Amino acid sequence: MAAPMTLLLIVAVTIRAVLYRSGVADLVSERVEVVSPLTAWKRVVEGLALLDLGVSPYSGDVFHETPLIIYLFHFLVDYAEITFMLADVITAVALYMAVKDYNKQVFRKQKYALEADRYPLDCLELIRSPGEMYYIPLKVYPSCSTCGLNNAVIALFILSTVKGNMLLSAIFLSLATYQSIYPLTLSAAALLYLMQVSPATFWWFVAQYAFMYLGSLLVLVGLSFFLLGFWDYLPSVYGFILSVPDLTPNIGLFWDFFAEMFEHFRLFFLCVFQINVFFYTLPLSIKLKEHPVFLIFMQLAVISIFKSYPTVGDISLYLAFLPVWSHLHRFLRNIFLVSCVLLACSALFPVLWHLWIYAGSANSNFYYAITLLFNVAQILLVSDYFYAFLRREHHLSYGLYLKRKDGSEATLVLK
Amino acid sequence: MGLLSDPNRRRALIGLLTRLNAPIWGMPVDWLVKTMQSRGLEVFTQRFSRRLPFPDEDKERYMVKGTNVYGILRAPRAPRTEALVLSAPCTAGDHNNQAVGLLLGLAQYFRNQVYWAKDIIFLVNEHDLIGMQAWLEGYHHTNTTGMDWSPLQGRGGSIQAALSLELSSDVVTSLDLVLEGLNGQLPNLDLANLFYAFCQKIGVLCTTQGKLQRNDWDSVSGYSHAVQTMMLMAMKQASGRPWGDHGLFLRYHIEAATIKGINSFRQYKTDATTVGRLLEGMYRKLNNLLERLHQSYFFYLMSSLSHFVSIGYYMPAFGLLGVILLLRALDLWVQLASPPPRTEDGVVDADPGVLSVLTPLVISHLTGAALYTLPIHFQEMAVEHFPVSETEAVVLTAIAVYTAGLALPHNTNRLLTGQGTEQGWKVLKLVAVLYLAVLLGCTALINFSLGFILALTLVPVAAFVTPNVPKVLSAFVLVVLSPACTLLFSVFFFQELQEMPVSFLDGWMLYLSVISQGILDHALYGSLVYPLVALLVYPCWLLFWNILFWK
Repeated sequence: MAAPMTLLLIVAVTIRAVLYRSGVADLVSERVEVVSPLTAWKRVVEGLALLDLGVSPYSGDVFHETPLIIYLFHFLVDYAEITFMLADVITAVALYMAVKDYNKQVFRKQKYALEADRYPLDCLELIRSPGEMYYIPLKVYPSCSTCGLNNAVIALFILSTVKGNMLLSAIFLSLATYQSIYPLTLSAAALLYLMQVSPATFWWFVAQYAFMYLGSLLVLVGLSFFLLGFWDYLPSVYGFILSVPDLTPNIGLFWDFFAEMFEHFRLFFLCVFQINVFFYTLPLSIKLKEHPVFLIFMQLAVISIFKSYPTVGDISLYLAFLPVWSHLHRFLRNIFLVSCVLLACSALFPVLWHLWIYAGSANSNFYYAITLLFNVAQILLVSDYFYAFLRREHHLSYGLYLKRKDGSEATLVLK
Repeated sequence: MGLLSDPNRRRALIGLLTRLNAPIWGMPVDWLVKTMQSRGLEVFTQRFSRRLPFPDEDKERYMVKGTNVYGILRAPRAPRTEALVLSAPCTAGDHNNQAVGLLLGLAQYFRNQVYWAKDIIFLVNEHDLIGMQAWLEGYHHTNTTGMDWSPLQGRGGSIQAALSLELSSDVVTSLDLVLEGLNGQLPNLDLANLFYAFCQKIGVLCTTQGKLQRNDWDSVSGYSHAVQTMMLMAMKQASGRPWGDHGLFLRYHIEAATIKGINSFRQYKTDATTVGRLLEGMYRKLNNLLERLHQSYFFYLMSSLSHFVSIGYYMPAFGLLGVILLLRALDLWVQLASPPPRTEDGVVDADPGVLSVLTPLVISHLTGAALYTLPIHFQEMAVEHFPVSETEAVVLTAIAVYTAGLALPHNTNRLLTGQGTEQGWKVLKLVAVLYLAVLLGCTALINFSLGFILALTLVPVAAFVTPNVPKVLSAFVLVVLSPACTLLFSVFFFQELQEMPVSFLDGWMLYLSVISQGILDHALYGSLVYPLVALLVYPCWLLFWNILFWK
């Protein structure tokens, strides 16, 4: 599998380099669907300029990335394009290796279950065959944003979790959380997976993991303070993510809603929206405790839909996982509607932006409507995959053709 | 108390108009500068030059060099943050020889009033749209079309509204209001209503699309008159070209309209004085605006100056056409998702390879790219080998590439060694139908008339074409409803609507000039019709042509 992967990587890197050199890069780096106030490259350059002048890069409301990023780019600013390409390549390779490992484990479990005769006879068609198991993630987009680095860290976290390495998993998770707070929800999935791999007493395990995680987080925060010299990056980065003061339009749900909010209710709705991101962790973990990798996929999707400043980079991370669940296609009910709506929304985003900002014939409601539709389609996609996954698990335990007690055909309903 | 109550001013205006009646070679820049300065305006000039990609045979120009002259009347008391523009294109010949005189007369009158709260910019642009594009780009510090212009030395504030004058005679019988701008953009309906209300108050006859209003809306002839007016507006909007100098202002979010004076064989004539009073009234109203015009509709189709159809009424019609495509897509999806029927000897259709669907897509888009780039790039080679002029070479190359695309399915089938399968054409049709639906939806949002006309001709064909329909008849129908033939019929239809029907040969020449103007508009002003049709609509139509000849 290494040869097609390398070939695909080379092709992807070439396409990306060509696109970057052409005029497309300038156009795309301005689009609000691709860059957000958190990840825009122009803001990183601005922060670097301020740092060179000796002023804190967080003064003025321009720069909202973490100090480690700014120090990384302090040395790499001339090679920014290569850095982003490298980050994407790391993401692709890490996801590929993680999925390969995961597939091997799924195979093993399936073989044992077949030998132990745990599957009813009529669901042999549901068993996955080696032919379907290839997966090569493909992400090519010439955006100039630090989203690529975030994705690389999350991909490395997934790789280290799947390989069963607790220390590395905790370290990468703390790095991802340090960048943007939301990957914290992935810790539940990591714990569930690592407990499956190396069973131990629950609380001791959690304590170990939490210790490693908090320790590395403290190290990162301390390192930032040491490099920067003052604490004002905490409100600028984390305060910015949590309190959403910048209402630039993006493909998320926050901006137009908070643009029309009265000050009196702002804190309340802010809490409601932010809790929404973290809220699904507990129920999903309880339901999917046997399947932590699917839980990771669901959590990534929930994060990239409900976070405060999403971009298409976040979406591409969880969409890269979809080929892993290609065996669920026969149970998906809404895939046609969802793909039509996603396609139409992606085409309508630039059209309505043009009509709003340049032609002046539309207003922000048009663009927010398309944002809402896009997010609804994403939620429908994720819940459809969830339904398909659970249905397949049900069939594996209870047989493919369900019959009620009196012998008539039954249907499954997801409550 | 009005513009020409003073006999001295009346004499000065008549003198100006008489002087401008004589043919002008180029624009009298120095004289204009001197005259505007003597009226107390701050005068500036802007030079521009542009080489067209190929000669423009309608207006007979290729290397265009010119100068815009504009004078700014500063508002006496208010802070200078906003401006209004009054422009008159000045060309050689007597096409628009009275407008500049009226403009200068108005400038003198406006100078003596104290109620102006916005700066008024009196612009005389040379080479109509090209000069206007240069001035607007200079004013807004953008350069989207690659023109060469000198920077503007003086500016007003942000422009709130603009009017462009076209007067060819010193007395008019009616004033025509032209609203359609670049890419089918229209000014706010409030501007049109304002002008019409003022015309009625002053007692000047006002028309739209050159057609007078009728009062009998209930009769069949009255209704058909309204429908004809609306169809004229739709066709002008669909062409995507600016139908007056105002068309280029709309892109910068400036409400603008063109006022054309028409002198027909009517007894009651209005003289320049009344037109001047009308314009003065318009400018006083625009002066009193506290915010940009945005309250009324931006998307409408006018069937007369007092009746219009808004987007809420015409969009559902388009939506229903789109639903046809979506239902066909759903039907194909359901057919594809159900398992294929097994034939008698147990042979099942193989899964269509991605290649068999991807190849027509790639080839169609390459043909579209060829249609977009080849005509202009190969004009030198074509001129060397064939006895045609550059413009004819460009147009004929475009038609040749278009027709060559029709031969593609045979070549594609020869290229693909394997047989296409039953599933294959269904997948391709699903992709093509969804592609067409999204494309038409986006087009209708930006330029409704273009989207609607394309939908009317392409949707029925797209929904019904399969490899199993009778080939000759459906091939004929598909070609007749393709974008190029739609354009040909539209040219004849447009002439019919304007009550100037043309013979077939004249219509064909007009069609060729329409194609060349479309390509020029794209190169000069950034009109989107030509790239849209060449790069997106034509490949989509080619996909359906491929499906028809699927083996």
